[in-house]
Amino acid sequence: MGVALLTGTFLATGHATETLILPLGLPDLPFHFRLDALSGFFLLILGVAGAGISVFAAGYFRRGEGTAPALLGLQYHVFLASMAVVVLADDAYLFMVAWETMALSSYFLVTSQHRIPEIRRAGFLYLLMAHMGALCILLCFGVMQGGSWQFTFDAMRGASLAPFWATTAFTLALLGFGAKAGLVPLHVWLPEAHPAAPSPVSAMMSGLMLKTAIYGMLRITFDLLHVQFWQWGAAMLALGLFSALFGAIFAAVQTDMKRLLAYSSIENVGLIFAGIGLAILFDASHLPLFAALALGAALIHALNHALFKSLLFLATGSVLHATRQRSLGKLGGLIRRMPWVAFLALIGTLAIAGLPPLNGFVSEWLLLQSFLFTPRLPQAFINMLVPLGAAALALTVALAAYVMVKFYGVIFLGQPREASLADAHDANWLERIGLGWLAAGCVFIGVLPQFALRAAGTVTSKLVGQTITPGASFWRIAPIAPEQASYSGLIFLAGIVAVIGITFLLVRLLAHGRMRRTAAWDCGYPWQTSRMQDTAEGFGQPIRHMFGAFFRMDRELPSPSDPAPRYRIHIEDRFWGWIYQPIARGVQRTADTVSILQGGRLSVYLLYSFLTLLALLVFVL
Amino acid sequence: MKTISLVRQFAEVVLAIGIAPLFAGWIAQCRAWMQNRSAPPLIQPYRMLRKLFHKDAALATDASPLFRTTPYVLFGTMVLATAIIPSIATDLPFAQAADAIALIGLFATARVFMALAAMDIGTAFGTMGARREMMIGFLAEPALLMVLFNAFLLFGSTALPNLVDGYAAHRSGIDPSVIFAAVAFVMVLLAENARIPIDNPATHLELTMIHEAMLLEYSARHLALMEWAASLKLFNYACIGFALFLPWGIAIHGADGTGALLVAVAALIGKLVVAGAVLAVIESVSAKLRLFRAPEYLATAFLLAVLGLLVHLLLGANTIA
Repeated sequence: MGVALLTGTFLATGHATETLILPLGLPDLPFHFRLDALSGFFLLILGVAGAGISVFAAGYFRRGEGTAPALLGLQYHVFLASMAVVVLADDAYLFMVAWETMALSSYFLVTSQHRIPEIRRAGFLYLLMAHMGALCILLCFGVMQGGSWQFTFDAMRGASLAPFWATTAFTLALLGFGAKAGLVPLHVWLPEAHPAAPSPVSAMMSGLMLKTAIYGMLRITFDLLHVQFWQWGAAMLALGLFSALFGAIFAAVQTDMKRLLAYSSIENVGLIFAGIGLAILFDASHLPLFAALALGAALIHALNHALFKSLLFLATGSVLHATRQRSLGKLGGLIRRMPWVAFLALIGTLAIAGLPPLNGFVSEWLLLQSFLFTPRLPQAFINMLVPLGAAALALTVALAAYVMVKFYGVIFLGQPREASLADAHDANWLERIGLGWLAAGCVFIGVLPQFALRAAGTVTSKLVGQTITPGASFWRIAPIAPEQASYSGLIFLAGIVAVIGITFLLVRLLAHGRMRRTAAWDCGYPWQTSRMQDTAEGFGQPIRHMFGAFFRMDRELPSPSDPAPRYRIHIEDRFWGWIYQPIARGVQRTADTVSILQGGRLSVYLLYSFLTLLALLVFVL
Repeated sequence: MKTISLVRQFAEVVLAIGIAPLFAGWIAQCRAWMQNRSAPPLIQPYRMLRKLFHKDAALATDASPLFRTTPYVLFGTMVLATAIIPSIATDLPFAQAADAIALIGLFATARVFMALAAMDIGTAFGTMGARREMMIGFLAEPALLMVLFNAFLLFGSTALPNLVDGYAAHRSGIDPSVIFAAVAFVMVLLAENARIPIDNPATHLELTMIHEAMLLEYSARHLALMEWAASLKLFNYACIGFALFLPWGIAIHGADGTGALLVAVAALIGKLVVAGAVLAVIESVSAKLRLFRAPEYLATAFLLAVLGLLVHLLLGANTIA
């Protein structure tokens, strides 16, 4: 299925806009399909990453866990197909139907191991947030039809909204799609639901489903709403950067490998939203070239994130199958047991850490480049505050490297922290193909970014009327002008390979190659065990120390005389206490109040009916 | 792209590889004098490297391939960095493939590989060093990026050679933001190169070491490459500093005949001599900070760089050329 989608996508990324009206759905409400550059780009993301995930899933779901494999397969394909329909939909009805199908099918996938209470709870939270988001999107479409009661996207493009209503629509869209994408403070479901799902599903949700939210945001702000205000961009930029920093800080202190990746998804989505916000800011200030640059950076980052995050989630799936452990504190040393997974995950790790010459660097480079032009914005103050955004971005990117060193180092390097890890086995060949495909994608976009840039340029030329190809040639990219900045992944890779190769050869030729294997140096203390390595908690300690204000920490320190000391730390999001618990309490209180009416006695209910009837009679007469 | 440029680029890289250990030796010499010790000879680092290359490598039993490739990766990234930084001439063909942001990425790559290799054996010191190094790194990297942003705002390019050319083109007084940036840069340089006040290159005291903790398991040729890479990194940082703040003497594009190049080499050596002495003085008169204070130190550097940026924007003086 994924492979079929991929082949379809290559046909679809052309420039032509195609529309299709299917006489399906309700009478007089046919489903409208439309394939343009924006849909095409997101179909490309779905196809490229979906292909890798699907091949992996074919190898992964061999052993049934929870839901029967056949049902799981059906849900999986419904999920994939509904995402494709979301990006192809050309009217609000079809969009919402596909959107809800996507939410429901992924809910069932998340709760495939429904016998575990935490997973049921995570699934419920996800469903709740998905529906709050869907409600906002529905209201947003309601605002955007602008009184015409036409719900095709064509009609919405034509509708002219007053600034107030346009801003309302934008806010609703930001809430709705932000809830799906995991923008802070609507992110709470994400670190619960992603770890609960089976790994290929986590990969699909994080790599692909979050992208449909980004698609929706782009579709509404750049295509359907015909006006834009720079304040929207500023708000989105601030929200995106805060999410990015928040996600990176929380990822650094996680002890569950899938939760860590889930927080890292929040970080990456934040970066994408920051790029889009910057694009709106530039576009509203009539600087289309810079808008195209920022938008292109966001789009390419979306593509990159789909690749490397899927890769890493799938790698955690292989680790999970091999060791039955999700906690970082019980892993370690897997590079020696699972060399394939370890090598391919290393590529993903380096890519997500934003290191050249892999793909994560390309999009972060483009994003940093677009931040460099913010002093040209006409709004005073904003053009001074935005460089602070660049500082936040730089901090986030650097923190991401910290997080990924922790992720990779604790899982794959060092000594096994548990004896049971000795019989961990490597992934099967289908899984290796899936991982290899995604890793190849990371390398390809990193080394030859101009292809991704060209695809993104098609989208930006449609949305902001400007491509991002000036100064680009086969071997390098130069988004604004070659003398300002240029980057060539290909030459970079060639340079690094050449230098390392020459060094290796020279050392081989000039120095003798004698080597012996001995035990590691024990500093004169021969009783070292593998439990003396840094745990995940230990590795995150500097971050906990520095960003203590972000967390609600609950720590139990052992007393010095305790013969069996235990250290326990529980870290929670402050947003739970700030937003969600008050809301939950409010809902509970309201429900309690209303339940007074429900005594459960038939005679009382009959009395209510009688009183209502009486009131209506009075009203009519 | 002319062949002569390529040849010159190659010569510059080889020269950098050759000078870097001498620069480290010079700093060690100055430090010894400051501390009233008799100084080791200037070529002491070379003797050290020679000794290490002659030894048999001892590798921990379960070291993975990652551990063995890291010295080469580290050395390779640092050599590649010399090809991006205009230490002598600004006509660098390779700099078109990688600008200053890519340079920071290159340093980050080296750091990540080093931290991963340190975690590979699974000793307590290795992971501790990796954690500390990553902590220093994630705070120092944004500060360095902000320094470069400042330079970008002044001269409108993120490619270091173009910055130097731009500086030569508008030599109209110093922008006040440069002073903030320069202070921030020196602070980052000290932190990133494992020098006092963040780390002490001469220590093997367990509780304080960062850089040395990551090297503990390396020996012989691997250690030699790591040490050489460390001195190259220091040399690279010094050259970035010269390019950003003291670009005098660097042969700029279009005026880089043999004479200009000789002048540039002489200027580079002169600047290295002075910079080495200054670094030795800074290191000798300051005390090593507790590790918990390192974030404050680096946050100060970061804020200074951001402040420089804001000063520049507030004054609004000659924005992007």
